[in-house]
Amino acid sequence: MTRAKPELHDTILYVDGVSVSFDGFKALNNLSLYILAGELRAIIGPNGAGKTTMMDVVTGKTRPDTGDVIFNGGTDLTRMDEARIANLGIGRKFQKPTVFESQTVYDNLELALAGNRNVFSSLVFKLNGQQRDRIDEVFETISLSADRDRLAGDLSHGQKQWLEIGMLLMQDPELLLVDEPVAGMTDAETEQTAELLKSIAKSHSVVVVEHDMTFVRALAAHVTVLHEGSVLAEGTLDAVQNNEQVIEVYLGR
Amino acid sequence: MTGIAPRPSQSLIGRLVTSNVGSMITLAVLFAVAIVVPLLNMATPVDSPIHVPNYMLSLLGKYLCFALLALSVDLIWGYCGILSLGHGAFFALGGYAMGMYMMRQIGDRGVYGNPELPDFMVFLNWQELPWYWYGFDNFFFAMVMVALVPGILAFAFGWFAFRSRVTGVYLSIISQAMTYALMLAFFRNDMGFGGNNGLTDFKDILGFDLQADGTRAGLFVASALALITAYLVCRYLVTSRLGKVLVAIRDAENRARFIGYRVEYYRLFVFILSAVMAGIAGALYVPQVGIINPSEFTPANSIEIVIWVAVGGRGTLHGAILGAFMVNYAKSYLTGAMPEVWLFALGGLFIFVTLFMPKGVVGLVAKGSQQWQLRRRSARDLRAESDLRSEGAK
Ligand SMILES: Nc1ncnc2c1ncn2[C@@H]1O[C@H](COP(=O)(O)OP(=O)(O)OP(=O)(O)O)[C@@H](O)[C@H]1O
Ligand SMILES: [Mg+2]
Repeated sequence: MTRAKPELHDTILYVDGVSVSFDGFKALNNLSLYILAGELRAIIGPNGAGKTTMMDVVTGKTRPDTGDVIFNGGTDLTRMDEARIANLGIGRKFQKPTVFESQTVYDNLELALAGNRNVFSSLVFKLNGQQRDRIDEVFETISLSADRDRLAGDLSHGQKQWLEIGMLLMQDPELLLVDEPVAGMTDAETEQTAELLKSIAKSHSVVVVEHDMTFVRALAAHVTVLHEGSVLAEGTLDAVQNNEQVIEVYLGR
Repeated sequence: MTGIAPRPSQSLIGRLVTSNVGSMITLAVLFAVAIVVPLLNMATPVDSPIHVPNYMLSLLGKYLCFALLALSVDLIWGYCGILSLGHGAFFALGGYAMGMYMMRQIGDRGVYGNPELPDFMVFLNWQELPWYWYGFDNFFFAMVMVALVPGILAFAFGWFAFRSRVTGVYLSIISQAMTYALMLAFFRNDMGFGGNNGLTDFKDILGFDLQADGTRAGLFVASALALITAYLVCRYLVTSRLGKVLVAIRDAENRARFIGYRVEYYRLFVFILSAVMAGIAGALYVPQVGIINPSEFTPANSIEIVIWVAVGGRGTLHGAILGAFMVNYAKSYLTGAMPEVWLFALGGLFIFVTLFMPKGVVGLVAKGSQQWQLRRRSARDLRAESDLRSEGAK
């Protein structure tokens, strides 16, 4: 089922033989995962499988004990910190939606706007017309135009998820890591989010972690199943759903 | 695409002053105080009912310095979530730098008449001036030190703390430890800062007699102008993108990091700026009270500053100024009337504010005026509705 290991230069994200342990517990166990440039990939797996930890390793939050994490066919991420990796072009949505609650929705997007993150340039920063247009564009994409002047903390749970995705878009990353985007959403919102991510995937590489199978089906993406810190199976959703090992550990609960 | 009109671009005055009611009131009051108080002190006869007596002038001058100190704490705590419980240290260091300048100004007018050494060094049988006192006979050099010494300490402290991501209560505790350690150090005679007596018996500043009415008024005006300037600088900062980043860091540090902001550099920047502001406050304070000693480093002093800010209203800037004035006025009154209850009153006040007024006095006022406006609006709507109905009946 598993695809052949691709060439490094074809990948946007190359995770090879990565292990991470917390106090002896192996959260990631020789994990290898290759995301092709432009790909939309869904990652599923039971609770505690290591999905979030994988994102922590890619984004610089957690240092792997062993293994390689290479971005864009050549950049070693394992020695960089979060800000550096973010500025390289990797955006991440957290499992628990995290936005700047006491600021307006507009300011949230403005803060995420790609550009110089230097202390002194932020002292004299002024939005230009082009950047305003870009913000408006993202507002349309995430369907929050009417809420631009509300406080982000007043948004509904689902709207916060969209805002956070919008903030990723403002960063203009090449790769988006999206952790459980539809948790707590209604069916209609879930459907809308699937459409949103699919349209984003037209111009970005996207990795989505999700438990919701209807959503994963709607994404129509290549699926990777994680279990106990390594890849258990890979393929189309139908293929992995019929994989006996997968049924045993995960779907057949 | 641009269905919504672009936000109006504001002038600088609009941004710093008129867009914020609290800011307008604060600046108007501070300017009025800066002009009227010294005038009423100097230009009215002592028996006039509008005369401001000397003790009142120096009391208000002290409050202005405390307000500047409170402002410095609000900038980091209110906007960036850094709860420093050691800010008194930066205030004291600024005060010591100014005190050293004024000690050198005494020259041979000390008790021992030694033109080279301050009295306490003669008393300790020291033969020559320690190297770190060099240059302090120059006012300009001393003023640079007023900013530089707290700034460098803040840089060193912040560099280690913020880079190793020490935050929250841990940061508060090590900031307490910092001021406590400095207090112990400054208590020692061989540190060369006058031990537990500190620096005192100052005679003049820039050649002006410290006891003269004109000098006192001048120091008062300087304190008021320093506070106004610092307020405007802080307002500029918090209304810039940097201000938004600070709040973002305060509310969701990880989100800020993962969209690419170097959280530690932002923290370091405001922390240093805040320490410099505290140092300037100390430097203005010392000539007005005539003494600086290690008790300024007491951990309790630093905690008190945080209480001023909490009472006035954290994260508003003018709240800090208001809180410093209110709590210190209460302190002046209570320590005179019932000295034994002051500490209990302060503790009680802090608990009360934390539990019932999380946004302080400024927050309470804002809420009150909002409700009043709401009620007025609904009353107006009601009236309009009944007008409409009576019109329809006709
Ligand atoms: N910082 C940490 N310290 C100790 N253990 C951790 C840490 N982070 C994760 N773990 C453990 O590692 C394992 C993998 O966690 P992870 O959050 O990656 O799982 P997940 O696949 O995202 O699960 P979920 O679907 O519940 O989000 C879990 O058992 C978790 O308890
Ligand atoms: Mg997870």
